[in-house]
Amino acid sequence: MCVVCGCSDAGATGGVGHEHGHDHDHDHDDAHGHSHDHAHEHVHAPAHEHVHVGGNGDLHFGVGAARVSVPGMSQARAIKLETDILGENNRIARRNRLHFEVHGVTALNLVSSPGSGKTTLLCATITALKARAPALPVSVIEGDQQTSVDADRIRETGAPAIQINTGKGCHLDAPMVAEAFDALHDHHHAHAHHDARSLLFIENVGNLVCPAVWDLGEDAKVAILSVTEGEDKPLKYPDMFAAASLMIVNKIDLLPHLRFDVERCIAAARRVNPAIEVIRLSATTGEGMDDWLSWLEQRMAPVARVAEGAERVTSAAR
Amino acid sequence: MHEASLAGGILKLVEDSARREGFARVTALHLEAGRLAGVEPRALRFALETLAPGTLLQGASLRIDEPAGRAWCMRCCTTVEIGQRGDPCQSCGGHQLQPTGGTELRVVEMLVEDE
Repeated sequence: MCVVCGCSDAGATGGVGHEHGHDHDHDHDDAHGHSHDHAHEHVHAPAHEHVHVGGNGDLHFGVGAARVSVPGMSQARAIKLETDILGENNRIARRNRLHFEVHGVTALNLVSSPGSGKTTLLCATITALKARAPALPVSVIEGDQQTSVDADRIRETGAPAIQINTGKGCHLDAPMVAEAFDALHDHHHAHAHHDARSLLFIENVGNLVCPAVWDLGEDAKVAILSVTEGEDKPLKYPDMFAAASLMIVNKIDLLPHLRFDVERCIAAARRVNPAIEVIRLSATTGEGMDDWLSWLEQRMAPVARVAEGAERVTSAAR
Repeated sequence: MHEASLAGGILKLVEDSARREGFARVTALHLEAGRLAGVEPRALRFALETLAPGTLLQGASLRIDEPAGRAWCMRCCTTVEIGQRGDPCQSCGGHQLQPTGGTELRVVEMLVEDE
């Protein structure tokens, strides 16, 4: 069988002189997204000409090359990869996600521009959680290009934190998070808390563009936008707000001094993501903090489900 | 500038494939970066051209297709084309849209030569 189009006569002719003129009109009219993470490869013999005609009539790649390869250039061949460029990252992200689930960890990926108040919000959140849920373990993975200033601020609250310095990198990726999570476990948990829920905040590098593309294995992305920024930001950086489950409008204590239209900001976010949830908050005055803590509580897996997940994995390991 | 990281990922895919298939160089590389994939094709091209010297990709011609953005309109109950996230549905003007296409980011195919 021809491995590209599935037609049966390719096998019979051994792929030689087998010409394809079929239309690959890849219409996805259904509402589900397609991701091709698998690395299936199709190797073409040089004489096997493939004309992939796209929906717009454009001819795909293979054609010209195969023509070139016919007279005396038999060493050239086409390799069909059809591989997701982010496939390797996504594979590790899935592993992280499973790891988090087994350990009862709810992981949240906090994304924003630099200076939106992520670290201040995190410190205030950890302090508030200590009062509200003293038994709940909270840990933090801090991403910055340089310095451990933010991790130091988190550690002052008493929560374990691991700093990742990305150097010139503009985002965290799944392997970085996997390594940091292992380090957190080695230091603080000794891998023995299958019975408890915990929260893991991953504070991404301050950047509203790149972190949108990298799945870390988190339960949800939380975008933080402070009112000292522009209210049209969700439209200017749509990928990030499209990827986020929650938008926190931060620093609302400053609203009296600013011309920032919160409703317009929310409308902009809903234009790129109709399902996005919104919480208005001030980490400084504590306004909105209860909404945020309740959101976290809802997001965390019920204790029963965590125990069940651990049991499932334990029995699978037997 | 996450396109630099993506270019590194593409080179790794190519090198992995070279180990499996035993080819010596890539003469042409065909990528797809959908309009809704969060990637700037010009920056990706620049990053790949910067990365290529001294690798299997040196001298390879590069083609980056940009499949159009498509979304399911919840009001019209149909698939519509959108230029970017945040664009309205062309028929009803609404924003109740769920992207269904144009999010792909992949290496489609390459032409290779043996020694």
